[in-house]
Amino acid sequence: MSTAALPDAGHADLGFVRRYIFSTDHKVIGIQYIITGLVMALVGVALALLIRLQLGWPDHQWTLLSTLFPAGYAGGVMTPEFYLAVVTMHGTIMVFFFISYVLVSGFGNYLVPLQVGARDMAFPFLNMLSYWIAFLSALVLIASFFVEGGAAAAGWTAYPPLSAIAAAVPGSQLGQTLWLLSMALFIASFTMSGLNIVATVFSVRAPGMSMGRLPLTVWSYFIASILGLLAFPPLTAAAVMLLLDRHAGTSFFLPGGLVVGNQLLSTSGGSPLLWQHLFWFLGHPEVYVLILPALGIACDILPAFTRKPVFGYRISVWCLVAVGVLSMIVWGHHMFVSGMSPFTGEYFSLVTLTITVPMTIFGVNMLASLWGGTIRMRVPMMFALSVIALFGSGGFGGLFLGNATADMQLHDTYFVVGHFHMMIGGVTLMATFAAIYYWFPKMFGRTMNEALGKAHFWGTFGPFFIIFFMQHFVGLEGAPRRYYAFTSFDYLQHTRGTNLAISISAMVLIAAQALFFVNFCWSLVAGRRALPNPWHATTLEWTTASPPPYGNFADREPVVHRWAYEYGVEAPEGDFADQTVPPRSVPVTV
Amino acid sequence: MTPNTPRQILESSLVALLFASLGFGGVWYGAGISMPDLASRHGAGIDAMMNYLLLTVGVLFLTGYVALAILIWRGARRRAIGARLASRRTELTLSGALGVGMALIAEGGVLAIGIPVWAEYFDPSPPADAVVVEVTAQQFMWNVRYPGPDGVFGRTRPDLIDDATNPVGVDRADPAAADDVFTINEITVPVNRTVRVRLHSKDVIHSFFLPHLRVKQDAVPGMTPEAIFVPTREGTFEIACAELCGLAHYRMRGFFNVVSQQEYESWLRDQGTP
Repeated sequence: MSTAALPDAGHADLGFVRRYIFSTDHKVIGIQYIITGLVMALVGVALALLIRLQLGWPDHQWTLLSTLFPAGYAGGVMTPEFYLAVVTMHGTIMVFFFISYVLVSGFGNYLVPLQVGARDMAFPFLNMLSYWIAFLSALVLIASFFVEGGAAAAGWTAYPPLSAIAAAVPGSQLGQTLWLLSMALFIASFTMSGLNIVATVFSVRAPGMSMGRLPLTVWSYFIASILGLLAFPPLTAAAVMLLLDRHAGTSFFLPGGLVVGNQLLSTSGGSPLLWQHLFWFLGHPEVYVLILPALGIACDILPAFTRKPVFGYRISVWCLVAVGVLSMIVWGHHMFVSGMSPFTGEYFSLVTLTITVPMTIFGVNMLASLWGGTIRMRVPMMFALSVIALFGSGGFGGLFLGNATADMQLHDTYFVVGHFHMMIGGVTLMATFAAIYYWFPKMFGRTMNEALGKAHFWGTFGPFFIIFFMQHFVGLEGAPRRYYAFTSFDYLQHTRGTNLAISISAMVLIAAQALFFVNFCWSLVAGRRALPNPWHATTLEWTTASPPPYGNFADREPVVHRWAYEYGVEAPEGDFADQTVPPRSVPVTV
Repeated sequence: MTPNTPRQILESSLVALLFASLGFGGVWYGAGISMPDLASRHGAGIDAMMNYLLLTVGVLFLTGYVALAILIWRGARRRAIGARLASRRTELTLSGALGVGMALIAEGGVLAIGIPVWAEYFDPSPPADAVVVEVTAQQFMWNVRYPGPDGVFGRTRPDLIDDATNPVGVDRADPAAADDVFTINEITVPVNRTVRVRLHSKDVIHSFFLPHLRVKQDAVPGMTPEAIFVPTREGTFEIACAELCGLAHYRMRGFFNVVSQQEYESWLRDQGTP
C-alpha cells in the first residue's frame, strides 16, 4: 500500500524506461504481458497453420514453405521431426505463453488491483520481476527453434524417456534442454505473479470491499492463483530432475536396461511414471488456473449486457472454491492406461467426475444469468456467450475422458485434442477476446471498431466449434493424436476427408484473426475516444478515468458500499449503481 | 437503457440461430459416426459405456445449446428486465437439483456400467489356458514372443540385445528359451480364448492400441503391464501406437490376427525357433 501510494506527479518525473519498460505499475505490466502474449500467439497460430496444412494435405509439395524452412520442409514435404517440433511448440506456446500471459498474468495484473480498489499490486517490484522473467522464458523458448536438432519434439507433456534421451528424437537434443529451462523460468515467474495476486486480494482491498463483494473476476483470479502456487512447484522440481537426467547422469525417470538405437544405456532404477505424476500434478490444476479466470470474466461481462445481476453469485463463488480443491486431487485421470494400478484409476475416475457437479452448477448459473435479461449484443457479449457455449460442449467431453472405462478407448486420440481445445483452448480464447473488447476502452482510452469486431466473431466461433467438435469424432473413430499423417493405417483412411474439412475450417478461423489484429492495432491509434464507463458497468475500474492514471484512483481511494452486480436498479446515472455509490442515493439490494 | 433497434434484434437472433444450429448440427453429425467394428468381449461393455455417454451427453448438449439460443432470442426482444434477483431458495433448489442430477448421470454411469467393465479388463485371475504373448515395443516396431510348448519364456538380459540378431535379448543359455517363438509386428491368437499381452518397452513409452478390440495399454520401460482380453471375431486387426514415441510413431503398425483354434495350433507348429 505505502509503496503503491506514489502521487501521479512523481510518476511523471520518471523517464520513459521506468514508465513503460521497467515499470512497476500493474497496468503497464498487465499490458506488457498482453502484448507479449499476443505476439507469442502469432507464432502459435503460424504453427497451427503448419500442422493443419500437413494433416489436410499430407503429401503435398510446399514450395514456399521449403524456401522458408529448408530443413523442416526438405524436398518440399514437411519432415516428421519438424512436425513433432511444431506440435510440441504449438501446445507449449498456446498454453503457457499465450493464454497464461494474456488471460491470467495480463488481465490478472491489469484487473485485480483496479477491481479491489488498490493503487497497485501488493508487491510492485516483484511484479516487474515476474514479467521480465516471463519475457526471458519466452525468448529461451523461441531460441530453441534455432539450435541443433530443432525445438523440443516430445509433446508439451515431455514424457521421458523420449524427452530425456538425446538419441530418441532429434528435438531431445539441446531443444529439449532449452524447453525445460524456459519452463522452469516460466514457473518461477508465474509463481511470483500468483503470490502477488493472492497478497493483493488479501491485503490491499479498498475500504468496504469485503470478500463477499468481490467481483467474480477477482474471485476466479484469487482461486486460480492459489492453485498455481500449490501446483507449480512440483513441476519446477520435475524440470530440474529431468535436466539432471539429461545432463548429470541421474536416473530419476529412467529405469535400467534401456536400449536406444541398439545402444544399452547406463541408466538404472528410475520410473517414467514419476514424471507423469509430477507433470499432471501441475498439469491438471493448470487447466483450472486458465479456465477459472475465463469463467470469472464471462460472469462479469454478461450482466453489463443483460442489465441484471448474475445468477447465484454466492453459489458460484463456492463452486470456484470446490473446483479448486477438487482439481488438486484428480491428476491421475490423465494416466488411466499408463500402467498405474487400476484401483487408483477408479479412484481418479470417481473424484474427477465429482467436478462435474460444481462445474455444471457454475455453467447453469452463467446460463441463468441471461434469464429475464435484456440482451445487448455488443462484441464482448458475443464472446462471453461463446464462453458459455464452449464451456458446455467442452465440459461434456470431460464426462467421457474422466470415465476410465470410456477413456480406455479415447485416451491419446483426437477426442482428447478436441476436448482440451474446447476447454483450455476455446473457453479461454473466447474469454480473452471478450476481455480485450470489453476492457480495451479502459486500457487505452479508445474503443475498438464494433463492425470489425462482429465480423471477427462470425469468423471465429463457428469455425472454431466445427474444428474441435469434429476432432472429438475423429477420436471416437480411433485416430491417435500426434500422428504426422493418417496415411499408414487402413482403419484411418476415411478420417482423411474429415481432416481436410478440419483444415479448411482452420484456414477460415486463422484468416478471421486478421480482422482482430487489424482492429486492435488500428484502434490503438485511431479508435473512437472512450468514456470512463462506456458499458455502464458497476465494478471499480469503471469509476476512474480511461485509461486510469498512475495510482488508479486520482486523489482518493474508492470506498465500497455494495456488491459488484447492482444492475436493474433505479439510480441517477441510469439502471445501475457502481460499487462506490453510497446507500443513501441508491438502496443496497444484496 | 434504450430498447434494441430492429437491426440489433436481427443480429441477436442470428447469434441465437448460430448456437441452435450448431446444437442440432452437432447431434446430427455425431449420430452418424461410429467406433471401429467391435471384436472383443469386454469391448461390448466399453461400447455400452460409450453409448450411454453419447446418449446422455447428446441430450444435455442439445438442451444446453437450445436453451442458450432461446434465452438470447427472447432477451434481445425484451424491453425491461423480467427478473432481477432470484430468491436464495430458488438458487439453492436449482443448484441442488443440478448437483444431484449430474452426480447421478456422471458417477452413476461409472458405477453401474463402467466399473464392471474395468473389473473384467483388469481380471486378477485370468483362466489358466489363456494365451500368453509377450510384446516388446521399440522404436518403431512390435517384437512378439510366445513361450512355445513348454509354456515358459526364456530369460532375457538387456545387455544381450542386438537389433539384428536378438531384438529382445534372449539368454540362449536358458533351456526355456529354446522353444520360444518370435515374430515381428504380427500377433496371432485363437478366437474366443483369453489373451494376455505382456507389455515391455526397450526405449521410450509406447502404447499398445487395438482400436477394434477396445484395448489400449502403455508399454513403459521398466514396467510389465498386461492387457487381458478375449477376441470374439476372426479377422486381421491393426495395432497402432498411441503414445508419442518418435519420428515414425505415425506408422508404428502391427497386425493382430484372430483365427480359429485349429488354425492357431497349426500356425504355432509352423513357426521355427530363431
